[in-house]
Amino acid sequence: MAVLEVRDLVVTFGGQRALNEASLVAPDGEITGLIGPNGAGKTTMFNVITGLVTPSSGTITLDGTDLTGRPLYKRARAGLARTFQQLELFTMLTVRENIRVAADIHRRWSRIDADPAQTTEAIIDRVGLRAVADERVTVLPTGQGRLVELGRALACRPRVLLLDEPASGQDDTETQRFGELLIDLAADGTTVLLVEHDMSLVMKVCHSVYVLDLGRVLTSGPPAQVQADPLVLQAYLGTSSRSDAVAP
Amino acid sequence: MDKFLIFTIVGLSLSAIYAVIASGLVLTYTTTGIFNFAHGAIGMLAAFAYWQVRFDWGWPTPVALVVVIGVLAPAFGLILERGIMRGLNGTSEATKLVVSISLLVGLIGLANLMWEPGQSRPMRTFFQGESIDLGVTSITYHAAITIVVAVLVAIGLRWLLYRTRIGVSMRANVDDRSLTLLNGARPDRIALISWATGCALAAVGGILIAPSLSLEAGSLSLLIVNAYAAAIFGRLRSLPLTFVGAIVIGLSEGYLGAYLPSDNRYLAGLRPAAAVVILFLALLFVPNPRLRTRSQLREYFPSPSRVGTVALAGSVIALAVVMVTTLDTTSLISYGPIFPLGIVALSLVPLVGYAGQISLAQLTFGGIGAIAVAHHGGGGSPLGLVLAMVFAAAIGAIVALPVMRLSGIYLALATAAFAVAMDRWLFNLPDFDLGPLHISLFGLSGTKIEPLSLFGYQFDTPGRQLLLSAVVFALMIVLVAGLRWSRFGRQLVAMRDSEAACATFGLDLRWPRVGVFTLSAAIAGLGGALYGMQLGSVTPGRYDLLAGLPIFILVIVAGAGMVGGALFAGISLYGLIPLTSALGPLFAKINTVTPGLVGIGLGRNPSGAIPVMSESVGPLRRNRPALAAMVAVMVGAYVLRLADVIDNWPFVGLLAVSFLAASTVARVRDQRTTPAPAGGESAGPVDQGIKWAGVTAPWTAADLSAMNASLAFDGVGRDGPVFVPAAPSPSRDSRSDPSDDRQEAHDGRP
Repeated sequence: MAVLEVRDLVVTFGGQRALNEASLVAPDGEITGLIGPNGAGKTTMFNVITGLVTPSSGTITLDGTDLTGRPLYKRARAGLARTFQQLELFTMLTVRENIRVAADIHRRWSRIDADPAQTTEAIIDRVGLRAVADERVTVLPTGQGRLVELGRALACRPRVLLLDEPASGQDDTETQRFGELLIDLAADGTTVLLVEHDMSLVMKVCHSVYVLDLGRVLTSGPPAQVQADPLVLQAYLGTSSRSDAVAP
Repeated sequence: MDKFLIFTIVGLSLSAIYAVIASGLVLTYTTTGIFNFAHGAIGMLAAFAYWQVRFDWGWPTPVALVVVIGVLAPAFGLILERGIMRGLNGTSEATKLVVSISLLVGLIGLANLMWEPGQSRPMRTFFQGESIDLGVTSITYHAAITIVVAVLVAIGLRWLLYRTRIGVSMRANVDDRSLTLLNGARPDRIALISWATGCALAAVGGILIAPSLSLEAGSLSLLIVNAYAAAIFGRLRSLPLTFVGAIVIGLSEGYLGAYLPSDNRYLAGLRPAAAVVILFLALLFVPNPRLRTRSQLREYFPSPSRVGTVALAGSVIALAVVMVTTLDTTSLISYGPIFPLGIVALSLVPLVGYAGQISLAQLTFGGIGAIAVAHHGGGGSPLGLVLAMVFAAAIGAIVALPVMRLSGIYLALATAAFAVAMDRWLFNLPDFDLGPLHISLFGLSGTKIEPLSLFGYQFDTPGRQLLLSAVVFALMIVLVAGLRWSRFGRQLVAMRDSEAACATFGLDLRWPRVGVFTLSAAIAGLGGALYGMQLGSVTPGRYDLLAGLPIFILVIVAGAGMVGGALFAGISLYGLIPLTSALGPLFAKINTVTPGLVGIGLGRNPSGAIPVMSESVGPLRRNRPALAAMVAVMVGAYVLRLADVIDNWPFVGLLAVSFLAASTVARVRDQRTTPAPAGGESAGPVDQGIKWAGVTAPWTAADLSAMNASLAFDGVGRDGPVFVPAAPSPSRDSRSDPSDDRQEAHDGRP
């Protein structure tokens, strides 16, 4: 069943169409990949879904509720959470405080009966940041900074989690652990929309993949099918020899 | 009809001046990102310079104009850009703003230093007394020249921006500075030309407007606030809309001058306040700005420690006790404002330091507090102080609600407009009724405030009032520090870094913004009320925008996010400046520019002075014997002073010497106990920071060795010098100083 549905999004920046009638569907409890070359419109798609950018036309629905036109915070309250391609950490706070801020805000509007402090500690353990929990986030390497952003997003108990290049800055071991964490999250019922350049991660964890190019959805389907699509090979992965290099 | 035409011409003449000034402001803002609050002061200084060369020295008008507009003003712009503004890259808007406000304060001080205030300096208009007959009415040559100059400026700027290479670069720089740089343009050169041109335009405006006013530094500088409203019409970007805004404001002022009933005491102040009221209203129509994302600010304010907060609050009370027991009544009155105005300064800490919002109206909220305590603190009722906070908070919330969607420079301008509207108009209104409410403000001759009476104890002497203010200040320090530790405080700090991220957690940003603005106004109201009690009788002039600017500057200079910054501001402004001013008239004159000068230096250290001071006294804090000895000497000196064995100056001298001696001893011992870096002076690139190896100087084999040694790598591989990780050595922990490498990794984020 589709949780998040994006229909015919059009976004124009100074006459240039960043998204051109792009549509996608993220099914419940699945990890949906969104790939494409730089400038394809992936981050713009995330910005439109979460409300940072207003589209010229198109609709966004979450569990059948139309979110188009709603402000950012209302979309978050409807169940969307995200991380950012360029880290948006709270630089004057520690790792623990970064996650705690999100947990506090979520507790305030959701009125759920959960102690934000306990939620924070549980998330620190889940994303593997216990060793650096009291460090100021500016001293973390980028890979761990992305885990802090993931932790903050998880503190909001999202229905749909949008992750924008979460593995960039991580080494192979960290990426592997991160992939396992994503699979766990999906198994727990969280729907994930994943923008990622690490093809091995995408091919390993995603149930389905959408390919964006020049703001249009080029193709979509199961990872193996997308990987073999000649259009994708031509437009995104390059020559067949190059596709061998990036195959999982 | 004649009247209408005459005042239309008056209005258009004003419009022309505002247009010229505002276009200079927009030019520098769009090309450099710095809103120059001192733009008016530069115009003021140019007007003084023109008066000097033209009327005092008697130079011919064309020569005087060329020297001031063509040479002095652009040169001043070049110096400003090169010496001050270029250092502001990567600083917050508050820092940028405070530097330009400091420049404003500094230039007013400089003008007063160079041209004795209060003296008559008549400035004739161009072709004075001559006018052009237009049939139905006439226009003076000066007004005609003003309008022609505005048209020429409009044409000139259009030509500069669209027909010249540098103009195209300027516009490209506005769109994307990085791309402009990559395409071979030179942003630094663009900035230099923008500042030179902007200053020349400010000079033109200053020279044109000065003859219709008295040549007075403060009012001339602030009159140009009117031009800001025109710039806001153009949203600080569009020059044509800026000219439209200038016409609206100029004509409004002209027609209000013609048709506003002169005998109506309620409307008398509206004309001088019209431009700022328009400014405030125009700001309400500014479209919602995009949420702040990914700030990479150089400022960092650590959370206050519990021990430090208690020590600071205790120090405030101790300082007050020492002052009360050692100073005479005159000195207590002179230095009394340290604490109540310190509270006003403290009100900026949660707002600017935690939340990253800007308010230039804190002393105005102080004035509202003073009004509340004046009218509701009869018989010394404590209710007056409570209502001072409540009224200030309520007005703060009313101001905040419409403008809180704004941030940065727009919010600063909105609060400045509110402050100026209160100064020029609302604070001076006679009593009036608002439905069932009877509203009393300052009144025409000021208003009296009775001293507080608490459980029968009267705070009716300067000493008692000073102690009262100090105790309240100490409590407020604990409150503001406690706020930083709270959930709300963390939220504010998070918003300061990334509003977008906070919104993605489901936070409706409007309410925390309004909340912190209201709280900040309440604290300022309390400070203003206590200040009013010390004064006994207050007038609006005590709470105007110009009086509040040095407080804003000093808090930011100290470190906006540090509670100690408020004490720093209070002591600097109302302790050190009066103290040094008492040494002689020269010192008093120099002190008029001191707050400005310290603010101008902020760009070099945007985190402020408190972290630097805290670091410098670090060895003393760690050295218990030296600390104990210093305290013992200070207590001894205090006892000697109480016993009248020594006077105040030797007492202060002893305190200073004991502090300096203890600090020196602690620093020397600290250096002896800190191990020297490995490799001594010749440690090479590791000493300069490993991240600079091969960057600041050509890469050498020595760099590789040093880096391998530092990172516990083995060194040389099959194909030459490459990194080969060695087995971790227990004696050489590669993470001994993780901050450098981690910081670099973070900075290197994509």
